[in-house]
Amino acid sequence: MNKTGIIIKREYVRRVSKKSFLLVTFLMPFMVAALVFVPLWLSSIRSDEVKTVAVMDTTGKYASLFEDTGNFRFINSDKSLNDYRNSENKEIAAFLNITGDLLQNPEAAALYSEKQIPGELSRLVNQTLERALEEEKLASFNIPNLREIINESKVNLSVQTIKWGADGSENTSSAMVASMIGMIFTIIVYVFIVAYGSMVMQGVMEEKTNRIVELMISSVRPFDLMMGKIIGIAFVGLTQLFLWGIMTSALIMGGTFLLGGGAADIPAVQQGMSMAPGGMLMQSGVDMAAMQEVNEWLGIINSINFVEIGVFFILYFIGGYLLYAAIFAAIGSAINQQEDSNQFIAPVMVFMVFAVYAGIYSMDNPDGPLAFWCSMIPFTSPVVMMVRLPYDVPVWELLVSVALLLATAMAITWLSARIYRVGILMYGKKPDIKEIIKWVKY
Amino acid sequence: MYFLEAEDVVKQFSGHLALDKVSIQVPPGKIFGLLGPNGAGKTTLLRIINRITAPDSGSIRFNGLESRPEDVFRIGYMPEERGLYKKMKVGEQAIYLARLKGLSYPEAKKRLTEWFDKFEITSWWNRKLEELSKGMQQKIQFIITVIHKPELLIFDEPFSGFDPVNADRVKQEIAELKYLGHTIIFSTHNMASVEEICDEIALIDRSKVVLSGEVNEIRNRFKSNILNVALCWEGGIFSIDSNYYTVLSAKAQAGEIRMRIRKNPGVNNSEIITELSGSHEIMSFAEELPSMNDIFINTVSGTDSTQI
Repeated sequence: MNKTGIIIKREYVRRVSKKSFLLVTFLMPFMVAALVFVPLWLSSIRSDEVKTVAVMDTTGKYASLFEDTGNFRFINSDKSLNDYRNSENKEIAAFLNITGDLLQNPEAAALYSEKQIPGELSRLVNQTLERALEEEKLASFNIPNLREIINESKVNLSVQTIKWGADGSENTSSAMVASMIGMIFTIIVYVFIVAYGSMVMQGVMEEKTNRIVELMISSVRPFDLMMGKIIGIAFVGLTQLFLWGIMTSALIMGGTFLLGGGAADIPAVQQGMSMAPGGMLMQSGVDMAAMQEVNEWLGIINSINFVEIGVFFILYFIGGYLLYAAIFAAIGSAINQQEDSNQFIAPVMVFMVFAVYAGIYSMDNPDGPLAFWCSMIPFTSPVVMMVRLPYDVPVWELLVSVALLLATAMAITWLSARIYRVGILMYGKKPDIKEIIKWVKY
Repeated sequence: MYFLEAEDVVKQFSGHLALDKVSIQVPPGKIFGLLGPNGAGKTTLLRIINRITAPDSGSIRFNGLESRPEDVFRIGYMPEERGLYKKMKVGEQAIYLARLKGLSYPEAKKRLTEWFDKFEITSWWNRKLEELSKGMQQKIQFIITVIHKPELLIFDEPFSGFDPVNADRVKQEIAELKYLGHTIIFSTHNMASVEEICDEIALIDRSKVVLSGEVNEIRNRFKSNILNVALCWEGGIFSIDSNYYTVLSAKAQAGEIRMRIRKNPGVNNSEIITELSGSHEIMSFAEELPSMNDIFINTVSGTDSTQI
C-alpha cells in the first residue's frame, strides 16, 4: 500500500470507528423514520376520553344535526349558558350556544369552554353547520335537482406537462417532481460539502496544533498528507450517506408494513419513501385523490433519467467536495487557533450560501441566466446544477460545467497544497492574505 | 568522505537571518552534536536537512551527492516539538507511523514489539496517548524515530522532558545506535552529554558556525595549561617555587598535598613530572581540560571563564 493509501485508511478507520459517528449514523434513520411515522401513528390514536358537548339551540333547527363521533358526544340542553357557568358540575367540556338563524346572522353561534377549545371540535362544528346552511340556501332557490347540477359542473383540472424528447417521443414531466428531486440532491451536496469540508479543516488543525505534522512531513510529502486526509474523509461521508440511504428506506418500508396497509396509508408510504434519500418531507393529502396522484408521480419519477442524474451527481459531488475541501485544508493549515478560522471561512460560506439561494431561484427558471451562469461557475455549479439536472440540461452545458469544475478543483488543490506545505509549519502570528500569497509563490 | 555535508546554507526569514553561510560536515558512523543557544538556528538547519524547509542558498549533500526528496527516507527525525495523535492508541499509532516510513505491517509490528519490550512499556500498547505522561510520550517518539533503522538519525533536544534515569537510558540507546553503524546528529543544551557521547560538534551562535571539530581536539584547543597534582607528604617544609609553573592553590591534608598549578609557557608536562618526582612521590597528575560547558559559555558570551 502506498503512503497516501495508508493515510486514507487511517483517516477513514479512525473516524468511522468513533462512537459519535456510529451514534449519528445509526440514530439518524430512526429519527427520520420517527419524523414520518410518529405523527401518522399519533393521529391514528383516538383519545379514550369522550368529551361531552352541550348544544343550546334556541332556534331548534341545528341541534339535531350534530352526531356523536369517537371523541365527542353531543347532548341537547334547555338550560342557559349562565346555568352551566354557575353550576358545580364540570362534566361538560364545551358548550355550543346558538341564539338565532345562522343564515341571517352568522355570528349567532358560539363555542364556550373553560379550557382551550380543541381544533378538532371547532372544525367539526363548523363543517356540520356549513353543510346544513349550504343545503338550506340551495333549497331556498327552489330549483329542482340543484345539488346534482352543481356536482355535475364541478371540474377538476390539472394540466399535463409533456416534454418532447429528441426522438419525437413524449414524456409526461412534472416540474414539481423534478424540482423536488433537484432540491434533494442540492441539499445533499451542500450539507456534505459544509460538514465534511470543515471536518477536513479540523483534522488539519489538529495535526498542526499537535505538532505531529513535523514528524509526518519527514516521512510523507505534504501533498500526500493533505490528499490522504481529503480522500479519507470523503469516504467517511460516502459511507454515512450510503448507510443512511439503506437504513432509512428499510425502516420506512418496515414501518409501513407494521402499520398495516389500508388505502389511506398508501400516500403516507409514498410520502415516506420520497423523503428517504434527503430527509425532505413532501406534503400530500391523505385522501383517495392522493392515491391517483401518487400513481401519476410514480410514472413521472420513472420518466426521469436517474442514471444520467446519478452519474453527474457523483461527478459534481466529487468536484465540489474536492474544491471546497482543498480550500478548507488550506485554511486549516494557515491558522493557529480555532478562533482565527472565522475570518477565512466566512468568504467560503458566502459562496456556499449564495449557491444554495441561486439554486432555489433557479428552480422557477431552470434555463434562465442566473441558473445558467451559476451552474457554470465552479464555486456554485455543484449546488446549482443539481437543481437543473432533472430538467434535462443540454449535454454541452453539462460537459463544459463539469470540465470547468474538475479543472478548477485541481487548480485549487494545487494552490491549497502550496499554502498547506508552508502553513502547517508556521506557528505564531496569524497570517494575512498577503502573507498567504507569498507562501504560494514560495 | 562525509556522510552529510551542509555547505554555505543561508536561510532568511522575514526580518531576520536564521542561518548565515552555515557549513557542517558529519562523518559516517559518528555522533555529531549541534550546539548553540536558543534561537541560534539549530532547528532551522535540522529542518533544512530533513527537507521540511528549503534553504535560500547553499547545498546539502549525502555521501557527496546533492540531497534529493527520497533522501528523507534515510533519515529518522525526532523534532524538538514533540507531537503525536493524542486520541489514538499508542500501538496503533506507532504502527501507522512506522508504515508511513515504509515498513510492512508485520515488520512494523515485530520491531515495535521488540522496542516496547526493551523499554518495558508493552502494557501501554492499547492505551490512548493522552493518558501517558510527557516522559512516556517521549519514549514512544524515540521508538518511532528509530524504528525504520535509517542511516541517519536526527534528534532535536532528545533529553528534554526525561528524568535523569530515562535520559541516561536514551543516551545509552543513542550510543548503541552508533555502535550499530548509524550516523547521528543531535542538538542539545546538555553539555555533559556532549562530552560523554559526541565525537564531533558544531557550535552555532547568532546564525553562524563559531566552533566546530572533534570534541577532544576542541577541548585541547581550549585548555588553559592548568594541572591538578597530588603528592605524598610526610610533613616538613614544602617548597612551591619552580621555574616551570606557578601554584594557583595548594592544600595539605592527611599525608598529601593537592595543588592546582599553571604551566609556564613552553613547558612540557614531563619536565614538571621530572622535577616533582625528584622530591616527592606523585600520587596523581592530571591536566585540567575545560568542560564543554565552559567552552560553550566562553565562546557564546565572548568572555574567557577558564582563565579564572
